[in-house]
Amino acid sequence: MTKFTLNGEMREVDADPDMPLLWLLRDELKMTGTKFGCGVASCGACTVHIDGYATRSCQTFVGDLEGAEITTIEAVASPEAQAIQAAWVELQVPQCGYCQSGQIMSASALLAETPKPTDEDIDAAMEGNLCRCATYARIRRAIHRAAEMLEA
Amino acid sequence: MLHYLDKAMPTPKPTRRTFLKLSAGAVGGLLIGTMMPRTAVAAGGDMLATPYVHVTPDNRVIVLSKHLDKGQGAATGLATLVAEELDAAPEQVEATHAPSNPEVYTNFLFGVQGTGGSTAIANSFDQYRQAGATARAMLVQAAAAEWSVPAGDITIAGGVIRGGGNEATLGEMSSAAAAQTPPAEVMLKTPDQWVYIGKEFPRVEIPLKTRGSVGLFGMDNQPEGALVAMTARPPRFGATLASMDATDALAMDGVAAVLQIPQGAVVVANNTWTAMQAREALVLDWEEGSGETRGTDTLLAEFRAKLDETGLPSSPRGDAAGKLAAAAQVIEAEYVFPFLAHATMEPLDMTILYDGSSATLWGGSQIQTIDHGTVAGVLGLEFPQVAINTNWGGGSFGRRATPDAHLAAETAMIGKAWLDAGNEARPIKLVYSREDDIRGGYYRPLAVHRVRAGLDAEGNISGWEHRVVSQSIFTGTGFESFVVHDGVDHSTVEGVSDTTYAIPDMHVDVHHPPVGVPVLWWRSVGHTHTAYVMETMMDELAQAAGRDPVEFRLAYLGDDPRLAGVLQLAAEKAGPAGPEGTHRGIAVHKSFNSYVAEIADVRIREDGTVKVEKVTCGVDCGIQVNPDNIVAQVEGGLGYGLSAILREEITMTDGEVDQSNYPDYTPLRITDMPEVEVHMVASTEAPTGIGEPATPPIGPAVANAVFAATDTRVRELPFTKHGLA
Repeated sequence: MTKFTLNGEMREVDADPDMPLLWLLRDELKMTGTKFGCGVASCGACTVHIDGYATRSCQTFVGDLEGAEITTIEAVASPEAQAIQAAWVELQVPQCGYCQSGQIMSASALLAETPKPTDEDIDAAMEGNLCRCATYARIRRAIHRAAEMLEA
Repeated sequence: MLHYLDKAMPTPKPTRRTFLKLSAGAVGGLLIGTMMPRTAVAAGGDMLATPYVHVTPDNRVIVLSKHLDKGQGAATGLATLVAEELDAAPEQVEATHAPSNPEVYTNFLFGVQGTGGSTAIANSFDQYRQAGATARAMLVQAAAAEWSVPAGDITIAGGVIRGGGNEATLGEMSSAAAAQTPPAEVMLKTPDQWVYIGKEFPRVEIPLKTRGSVGLFGMDNQPEGALVAMTARPPRFGATLASMDATDALAMDGVAAVLQIPQGAVVVANNTWTAMQAREALVLDWEEGSGETRGTDTLLAEFRAKLDETGLPSSPRGDAAGKLAAAAQVIEAEYVFPFLAHATMEPLDMTILYDGSSATLWGGSQIQTIDHGTVAGVLGLEFPQVAINTNWGGGSFGRRATPDAHLAAETAMIGKAWLDAGNEARPIKLVYSREDDIRGGYYRPLAVHRVRAGLDAEGNISGWEHRVVSQSIFTGTGFESFVVHDGVDHSTVEGVSDTTYAIPDMHVDVHHPPVGVPVLWWRSVGHTHTAYVMETMMDELAQAAGRDPVEFRLAYLGDDPRLAGVLQLAAEKAGPAGPEGTHRGIAVHKSFNSYVAEIADVRIREDGTVKVEKVTCGVDCGIQVNPDNIVAQVEGGLGYGLSAILREEITMTDGEVDQSNYPDYTPLRITDMPEVEVHMVASTEAPTGIGEPATPPIGPAVANAVFAATDTRVRELPFTKHGLA
C-alpha cells in the first residue's frame, strides 16, 4: 500500500511499486489528462507536479510516492496555472494539443518558482517538453503573457 | 488491403448538385438515427439535424467535421464556415468528427472520406457554407411561421433570431426548424457580408486542450471493460514470426492472452504497463523470408549508383543537354535526404469492439473509408456492419493517412484473433509505444538528387538536368492512378518538373528502386526534398551569376505572379538585413496550390551550430478563413521542416532501424525555435491549403543562410552530419 495526496485528496493504492505513476494515473485511476509520449522522460507529455515540482510521471514509480503531494492537469488550479491556461487560450497556443498538458504543467511550475522569467529561464524550464506541432513561439509568448497577468 | 474496397465500399461522386440533394434530403429528423454520432445524440430532444450541423434545443451548434483534425484546425475551419452562414455566435459553436460514411462525407478531391494534402478548407469551403445556409433558412422559416412574420423580415445575428418584435435563440427555434422542408436552393453571403471568415474565430477545442483534452484522443479511450494490446513486430521490415514461447508472459498477472497475427505476436492485458512488460517477456523467433536486410549505407550506395543511369522522364522540355554543353559555366551538385519518421506526439492507437457480427472502432482515422473497408474485409463483414468513431488526432503530419490501412487492419486482426480464441467480446485498444512508432516504418523515403544547371555568359540559366532516385510512395496504393504516370510517381518530382520558374530547357528523370521499407507521405511529401534542391540551386546559380537572390528568382517568375508576390512581400517586410550578427537566406516555393516565401536570419553559435533567429514569411493561400490559424500553421509548418533539416534521420543497419525513441530521434525543442513573422497576401482567390506549404521553404532558406555565413553548401541532411546542429 502506498499513501499519497492526489489533487488534494488522500489516496491509498495497492499497485506494483515498479509501475510508473503515469500508468497508475491513466489506466488504474482513469485520469487520462496526463499523456503518454515516450516513456523515457524525454518528451515531457506526462509532466505532473510532485511537491510543486514539474516531474515526469513516466519515470516516477508508485513505490516512491509515499507521502507525496501530486497535482495533475485535471485539477491544477494555482494562480500560476490559471494564468497559464488563460494565456494559452488567449494566444491560441495548442495545435494537436497532445503535449499541452505537459507544457502547461511545466510552465505553471516555472512561474511559481520564477514569476518574471526571462527567455533563458523559459528555455531552461521548457526544453524538456517536446511539441511536434512546434507551437514553441506561442508557448514562449504565452508564458510572458501569463507573467504579466499575474503581475497585474 | 485495397482489394477489399472494391467489394465493400460504395463509390459516390458527389457534385455540387448532388450535395444539395443530399443535404436537403437528409435535413430534419428522418435520418438522425443513421447519421448521427452518439456524442451529438446525447443532446436529446427534437433538434435541427443535418449531416453537417446540429442545432440543439440547449442552444449548441455542433458542426460535424468530415475532416480529421489532427492539429491543423480543420474542424474550426469548417465550424467557421457553418457559423458564418448560420449567423451563430462563436461561443455556442462546437465541433466533432463526422461518422465514417463515404456517401455523405467524401473528400471530393480523393473520392473517399479522408483528410490530407492540405485539402480540408479547399474541399469544404462551399459545402460547409451551404450547410450553414440551409440550417439558417430552416430556422428562418420556422420563426416566420411561429411569429406570423414574413420570412424576409426575419434576421439572425450572433445566434439570435429576431422579427416582428420577437426574439429567440437558435436553440429555442431548433425543434420547429427540424419540421421545416429544407430549401431547394440557398443564397450564400458575399465576402463583404462575412463576420467570421477572414476575421477572428477561436479554435473550438482549445479550452479543452488546456485542461487535459479529456475525450479527444484515441489514446485516452477506455471503454468499459477495455483491454490493451501491444504487438511484438519483427526487427526487420518484411520478416515474419516463425515461433514463439509465451509461457512467461502468460504467467504474468493481468495478461489475458497472447495472440498470433500476421504482423507478429500480440499481448492482450488489462493495462498498458502490464502489456509492455509481458511483451518483453515473449521469446520470439523470426523468419527473415523476403524481408529487407540492407542498411541505409548500402541503400545509399545503390541509389547513388543509379544517378549514373538514365531514368524515366518527367515532363522533359527543350534541349537541356545541348544548352548545358554550350553553357559558360555548369554547377553540378548531389543531395542526400534521409528517411524521416513523423514521430507524432500521440503514438498510434486504435480501439475495436468486435462481436462476430459487427465492429465498432475508435481512433484518429484519417482515411476513414479505406480503414472502414479494410476492417470489413478482415472481419468478413459488410460495410454497414462496421462503424468508425473518429477521434481528434494527436498529430499526424501524414502518418495517420495510410493507404494500406495497416493500423486498422492490425486492430481488426487482433479483434478477430481474440474472438476466435474463444473469448467473449471486449473492447481492445491497440497501443504503439514510442519505440514501435520510431522503428515502425512508413517513413519519408530516402531520396538522392543530382542536378546539373548551366549559366550562359550573361548569367542566365541555360539548361537544367535533374535526376532523382527515391522509392515511390503511391505505387501499389489505391491512389496510384492519380499520381503515378508512365512509371513516374509525381510525388517524387513535384516541385521540380512542374516548377513555375521559366526554365525552357529542363530534363528531369527518376528512378524508383524497390526497397522493402514501408514509406509514406510526410508533411508536404515530395516538396520536403525537391524544394530544398530547387531553392539551394537557385541560390547557388544567383551567386555564381553575381546576382541578387531575390532579383534572380523574380526574373524567372514572370508566369507565376503569386509566387513572385509572396517573395516580394517577404523581402520587403524583412528589410535589408536581419539582426546584428546574423546571415540571411531566402527560399520560395509553391505547394498544395499555396505560395510561401521564407527569409531566414541565422546566427552561427560559438560551437559552430546553427541558430535560426528569425524567419519572415510571405504567404498566399487565397481567401483566408481563419487568419490566426494560418499564422499558426506557418509557424508550426516551418518548425516541423526546421526540425528535420537540423537533426532528424532514420538509419538502418542490416535492415534494423538504429533509432528508437526521442533521445536518438531528436525533434526540434523550444531552444531552437526561431521568431516567426507572417505576412499574408489579401486575396479573393479560392482558399487553398496551409497545413503543409510552410514546411518546404525553411530548409533551403536556412541552408542558403548557412552558405552566406560559412561558404559551405549543405547537400547532405541532416545538419548534424556537418557539426551544424
